[in-house]
Amino acid sequence: MNGVLRQLPLAILAAWSLAALLAPWLPLAPDQIGLARILEIPQPAAWLGYDDLGRPVLDRLIVGARTSFIVAAAVVFLSLLVGTTIGLFSAWFGGWFDRVIVFITDVFLAFPGILLAIALAAVLGPGISNAVFALAAVGWVGFARLARAQALSVKTLDHVTAARSLGSGHWVIARRHILPLVLSPLIVQATFELAGVVIAEATLSFLGLGVQPPEASLGAMIRDGTRYMLVAPHMVVAPGLAVFIIVLSVNLLGDRLRDRMDVRFDDHKQ
Amino acid sequence: MLRYIALRLASSALVIFGVSSVVFLLLHLVPGDPVEVMLGESAGVTDREALREALGLNLPLWQQWLQYMQQLLQFDLGVSLHSKRPIAGLLAERIPVTAVLAGASLLLALLLAVPLGVLAAVYHNRAVDRGAMVFALAGVAIPNFWLGPLLILVFAYWFGWLPVSGMQGPASVILPALTLGTALAALQSRMIRTALLEELGRDYIRAARARGFSPLRVIGRHALGNALLPVTTVLGLQLGALLTGAVVTEQIFNWPGVGQLLIDSIQKRDYPVVQACILFISLTYVSVNLLTDLTYAVLDPRVRLEAE
Repeated sequence: MNGVLRQLPLAILAAWSLAALLAPWLPLAPDQIGLARILEIPQPAAWLGYDDLGRPVLDRLIVGARTSFIVAAAVVFLSLLVGTTIGLFSAWFGGWFDRVIVFITDVFLAFPGILLAIALAAVLGPGISNAVFALAAVGWVGFARLARAQALSVKTLDHVTAARSLGSGHWVIARRHILPLVLSPLIVQATFELAGVVIAEATLSFLGLGVQPPEASLGAMIRDGTRYMLVAPHMVVAPGLAVFIIVLSVNLLGDRLRDRMDVRFDDHKQ
Repeated sequence: MLRYIALRLASSALVIFGVSSVVFLLLHLVPGDPVEVMLGESAGVTDREALREALGLNLPLWQQWLQYMQQLLQFDLGVSLHSKRPIAGLLAERIPVTAVLAGASLLLALLLAVPLGVLAAVYHNRAVDRGAMVFALAGVAIPNFWLGPLLILVFAYWFGWLPVSGMQGPASVILPALTLGTALAALQSRMIRTALLEELGRDYIRAARARGFSPLRVIGRHALGNALLPVTTVLGLQLGALLTGAVVTEQIFNWPGVGQLLIDSIQKRDYPVVQACILFISLTYVSVNLLTDLTYAVLDPRVRLEAE
C-alpha cells in the first residue's frame, strides 16, 4: 500500500475516537423528531438524510458510533484485565488451579461466537451496561488462553527463577517479570477483539438485546432501516457502512501491529 | 489410537456437562422471578405458588439442577411456556431448517474460497492475489446483518431475481446462504492461500515439477491435498461463527430455524425454550469439533502421537 492509503485506517480510527469523545459537545440533534421531513433523502441540510421519525441520520450515526466506541473500549479493557490476570496466574501456579481454569475456559469456548452473550443479554435485559457485561463475560476467555500459553513458556526463563530465589512474591513476579514479556501478542489480540466487539455490540442491538431506543446505536439503526429499505435505502446503507469501515480499519491496523510487534507471526507476513 | 479417542471423548463429555450446568445456572441465578415474568405482576399468590411448584422452583437449587440433569439425560427438554408444546418437538422441526441453511452456506463458502485461495497462491502477488485478499479483508469486516439487507435490496427488489425472504423453494436459500457464507469464504480463502503457498515452496513440489507433471496436476493433486488438511480443522472452529451467524441471518430472512426460535423465545420470555436452543447450538458445536479432531487424528498420525 502506498503512503496516503496506508494512513487511512489510522485517520478513520482517529475520527471515530474524536467523534466519541467530542459528541456531547457537538451541535447534534439525534433525537429531534421532525414529522415534516420523514425519510427524506440526503441533502445539504442533512448529509445522510432523515429517518422514519424525521431525525437526522448523520447525527444519530455519530452518537451510535460513540456508543459502539464506549462499549468496545470498556469490553476490551475489562476482558484484557480479567483474562490476562487469570491466565498469568493459571500458568504461574499450575497444578489443580490451572486445571480448573483450563476447564472453565473450555466450557466457555464451547459456546460458539457471541451465543453466550446473547443468552446473558436476554436474561439480564437490554441496556448498555448489560451489553458490556455480557460481552466481557465472553471476551476474557481468549485473553486468558493466550496469556496462559505465553506465560507457560516464559515462567521457566532464568530471570524468573532468579526473581523467585530472591524471594519476590507471586504478584511482583507476574506483573514485573512475566507480564512485560507476554504483553505484545495480547495487545495484538486486543486490537482484533476491538473489531469483534464492534460487530458483536451491533449484533446485539440489531437483535434488540443491546442499546434501547430512543438511544442511537449502529445495530439498531440498521434494524430500523431494513423496514424502510425500499423507500429510504440511506437508513440502512449509512450505519452499515460505518460499522464496515470501522471494523475494516481496526483489522488493518491489527494486521500491521501484528507484523511489527509479534515476531512469531513472521511466517504469515509474506 | 483408541487411547486418544477415549481421552478426547472423556474431555468432551466433561465439557458438555459443564455447558449444561452453565446454561442451567444462567437461567436460574438471574435477577427477577421467572414466575412473575410468566404470569405477569397482577397474578394472585396461589397461582404463583402453584406454578412455582409445577416447575419445581420451590426446591433448593441443587435439587433443581439434579432434576434438570436427569431430564436432559432422557432428552426431556421440558415444555414451552408459550405454546405449551414439548420443546424437543419444537426443536426437531427447526433443526433441519437450520441445517439446510448452514449446509448451503458451507457449500457456497467452499465453492468461493477454494478457487479463490488457489488462484491467489498460484498468482502470488499479482492482480488476482490482490483482489482475493481485498475480498478476504472485506468479507470478514462486513457484518452479516448489513450484508443481508443489501443483498435483499439489490437481488430481490431491484433485479427481482430471488425471493425476498421466507423459505419457498431452492432459490430462497441463495441469499441467506450468501449472507452467512461470505465471512467464512473470506477466512477460508485466506487460509487456503497461506497453506498452499507454504506447500508450493517445498521440495516435493519442485521434484514433481522436475518430473514434468503438468501444473494442474502438481497443484491439484500434490500441493492442494496437503494444504487442505490444516484448513479442514479450522473449518470445525469456524462452524461456531456459522451457527451464531445463523441466528442473525434467520432473523433477516425470516428463515424458520433454531436461531429464529431462539430470538422469538427471548422476546416472549419463554426461558425453557431459550435454554434448549442455547444448549442445542453449543452441543452441536462441541460435537462437530470432536468429530473434526477425531477425523484429523485418523488422517494425520502426528496428531494422535503428540496427544499420547
